[in-house]
Amino acid sequence: MKVGVVVFPGSNCDRDMYHVLSDVFNLDAQYYWHEKGLPKNIDAVILPGGFSYGDRLRAGVIAAHSPIIKDVQKMAEKGIPILGVCNGFQILVEAGLLPGVLLKNESLNFMCKWTNLIVENNNTSFTNQFKLHDKIPIPIANGEGRYYVDNNTLKKLKKKNQIVFRYEEMINGSSDRIAGVCNEDGNVVGMMPHPERAVESEINPIDNKPSSLIFESLLTKTGVHN
Amino acid sequence: MSLEPQELSELRSKIGRDPTSTELQIVAAEWSEHCSYKSSKKHLKMLPMTGPLVIKEKGYDSGVLDVGDGYVVTAHIESHNHPSAVEPYGGAATGVGGVIRDILSAGTRPIAIFDGLRFGNIENDQQARWLFKNAVTGIADYGNCLGIPTIGGEVEFDVCYQNYALVDVAAIGFGKKENLIKNHAKKGDLVILLGGSTGRDGIGGSQFASYSLESENRSAVQIPDPFIEKLIIEATLEARNQKLIHAMKDLGGGGLSCAISETADALDIGIEIDVEKVHTRESDMHPDEIMVSESQERMLIVTSKTKLKKLQEICKKFNIGCSVIGYVKFDNQMHIKKGKKTFANLPTDVVANATLLDLPSKKPKYLETIENERKLEPITDYSKLMMKFLASPNIASKIWVYSQYDHEVGIRTVTKPGRDASVLRLDNGKFLSAKIDGNPKHCYINPREGAIGCFEEACRNVVCTGAKPIGMLDHLQFGNPKDPEIFWTFLESLKGLTNFAKFFKIPCIGGKVSLYNETPTGPIKPTPVIGVLGLIDKKPSIPQKISDDDCLVIVGNTKDELGGSEYFEYIHKFIGGKCPVVNFEDSKKNMFSVLKVIDDNLIKSVHDCSKGGIVVAVSEMCMTNQIGCKVSLDKVPGEKLTVDRILFSESHSRYLLALERKNLRKLESIFKKNKVPFMEIGIFGGNKIQFINSLKSIIDLRVDKAQKTWLNSLKDLVIHG
Repeated sequence: MKVGVVVFPGSNCDRDMYHVLSDVFNLDAQYYWHEKGLPKNIDAVILPGGFSYGDRLRAGVIAAHSPIIKDVQKMAEKGIPILGVCNGFQILVEAGLLPGVLLKNESLNFMCKWTNLIVENNNTSFTNQFKLHDKIPIPIANGEGRYYVDNNTLKKLKKKNQIVFRYEEMINGSSDRIAGVCNEDGNVVGMMPHPERAVESEINPIDNKPSSLIFESLLTKTGVHN
Repeated sequence: MSLEPQELSELRSKIGRDPTSTELQIVAAEWSEHCSYKSSKKHLKMLPMTGPLVIKEKGYDSGVLDVGDGYVVTAHIESHNHPSAVEPYGGAATGVGGVIRDILSAGTRPIAIFDGLRFGNIENDQQARWLFKNAVTGIADYGNCLGIPTIGGEVEFDVCYQNYALVDVAAIGFGKKENLIKNHAKKGDLVILLGGSTGRDGIGGSQFASYSLESENRSAVQIPDPFIEKLIIEATLEARNQKLIHAMKDLGGGGLSCAISETADALDIGIEIDVEKVHTRESDMHPDEIMVSESQERMLIVTSKTKLKKLQEICKKFNIGCSVIGYVKFDNQMHIKKGKKTFANLPTDVVANATLLDLPSKKPKYLETIENERKLEPITDYSKLMMKFLASPNIASKIWVYSQYDHEVGIRTVTKPGRDASVLRLDNGKFLSAKIDGNPKHCYINPREGAIGCFEEACRNVVCTGAKPIGMLDHLQFGNPKDPEIFWTFLESLKGLTNFAKFFKIPCIGGKVSLYNETPTGPIKPTPVIGVLGLIDKKPSIPQKISDDDCLVIVGNTKDELGGSEYFEYIHKFIGGKCPVVNFEDSKKNMFSVLKVIDDNLIKSVHDCSKGGIVVAVSEMCMTNQIGCKVSLDKVPGEKLTVDRILFSESHSRYLLALERKNLRKLESIFKKNKVPFMEIGIFGGNKIQFINSLKSIIDLRVDKAQKTWLNSLKDLVIHG
């Protein structure tokens, strides 16, 4: 199974994600530089975290106009699983592939801490191995991580079951404690917390199994696992 | 910004003519204290700098240690005190940038940042609060953007830093030994300036940092751009992988002047450059300005003509500047031209090697009486005092600081900030532990013993993670060295560090001297900051959750050593008394015995006992584990002391261990065999921190209440004042 890891100038979790995909889950991971296109035979695409273009103007907004995003869009339409983590989530939102925006945290500070997520939708390409309301201990690390949508969009998100993860406790002022959302088809998922930092027991002080299920879900979706 | 009169005549006699204005600027930058170490260099040689793991190469700005299996760790420490005191955000951020490029220059990827921050009293000084807040944001914004985790450090407040700031940044790199850049140059090789454009920021920065801070010279402060730095890191590492780099040096203090003269001197070559080829931010820059600009995010690279195209392709991919500014010659001259016109032509050894000074030193007068104690007010309510103590800026948790730093990126951080030392996993299955420590309060009272104490404390912290110390970094920060009393304190600290390093065979792999740290009210207290790296071959000691009925054991003697303690200074507002002294033999015994019991899996958790004394160390264990503990002070081994002295003494070489009762026997036999002083002094359980003395309750605090105060007080102070 081939997974593309998209690299923008300023991405800084690309190597971490690559390590997890190739060394922990034994997948065929490939880096794709933002100026290049994605090959057709790819099974999933991940947009890793970082500070693409130094977060200038607004996190993710410049990267959302990179040439590679056109291919990401096409793959999203074809139903190929796409995951955006942290800056990757911000880029997907800025590219219009996911609803909402990400604002500065309520504290106005960068926040790096471990927190708990609650799974709110176990029907996506990245959550199909969870039970509803499962808890995931996971770290966040962002300055612009406050998810915001207006009330009408929030109602729509709820109706279409697009809220994938909520924070167990309100930590940054996000609308309805939302930590991750998906598109209507459930193949494009964006999340602020970092699953790639939580899948190895050596660096996860709490429990690495729940985060691993995010990647296991992808393996199941693409038929690597049955 | 110019040379002193005797330096000018020296330069004249060395080159046999009057220097040009450009030459004067170049030499003034390079002969500044900041670049030349002219006051300290003669003495720094006393430090042991070699060892079985130390790898030496020409022209490195960072130290290199062999950690086995074909891998190396690099490390360096820098400060950015003067700029941070004027513009804390930019000063601190560019401090991170500079030390990261030192790591990169060796051909290793930076994998961790540490920061040591010192400011005035933030409880009543708004300026100090502003400096603190912005320096933290500067480090956070820069390090986070680079994707290099800031995994540890220390923060201290002392009135001696009023209107000033000490911002120390250490960095660690990791890579394959075969990928180290072996700096060399061949005739006809090209000299390339890679990265950000050269502007008018940071002009004369190194000289600015070589005098006392008298004016807010903002143009001497550099402007940070972490995005460009991130691109430089990736571009140079890609160039390294393709073997496109013959030699590399970062541009820091002294800008191009320093990078060119030092590279040429280290490689025994000459370099000719044309300043018109330098990509600049402004079109009308004079050669003098180009030569001493300290614009950030620039690297000097030497490579061959045949490799140039590939290097340019990499730079194009990352959209960063890559200018061929000159070439290598073999005449040992640095020749600076603009087009065809020569602006400077100097022998590189003259530029790169300022005449070293042998400054006079004299024991400061204040030291004659500093150890005398004054009568202290008796304490009536220790529980109340303890709550005040836990909320004090130096004792309170620094979570407000490190939660703004991405300390997880890179997925190496096994032990996170907030513990004794941080631990990183390496690619060869080993673990690296590191910590930086300083203690100006102790060093003021006794510069020699205080410095040794900082060194031992950093070692203790690393030992608590199960690591054996393998290398140290020293950062020596003092006032004006021309004051013989200040220079004496510098020499004393250096001698202390040298003795400890030799005794423990811990090589000094890198360091920095920062002088002229003067505030409007006088010099700072002597502030050596010591970084220690430790290696763990097997598994690090990860603190396990302490549970009911686990025992608390103390290792090491508690002595009447409260000079410079938080208790004397914060509670009694008294500066004086005898500061803690490290007994080398005891230190070694305790250190290796603790490593042995960690190795034998006998304990759940170890904690170093330092600032604030036993009472703070025990409280920290309780608060971190959310469990109570009952401690009997009369059982604490050491000198017979009054209750307050047992609680708050800051004697070194002490460790607190939490363990299951079933392991106590085995532990005792190891300690007895090694003749280590120890005692079981308490038992964990319940929800209260309790200290008793001869059955009398001294302290009785609820853990949750104490924890809330300890975790939140620093943030409250910064936000609400």
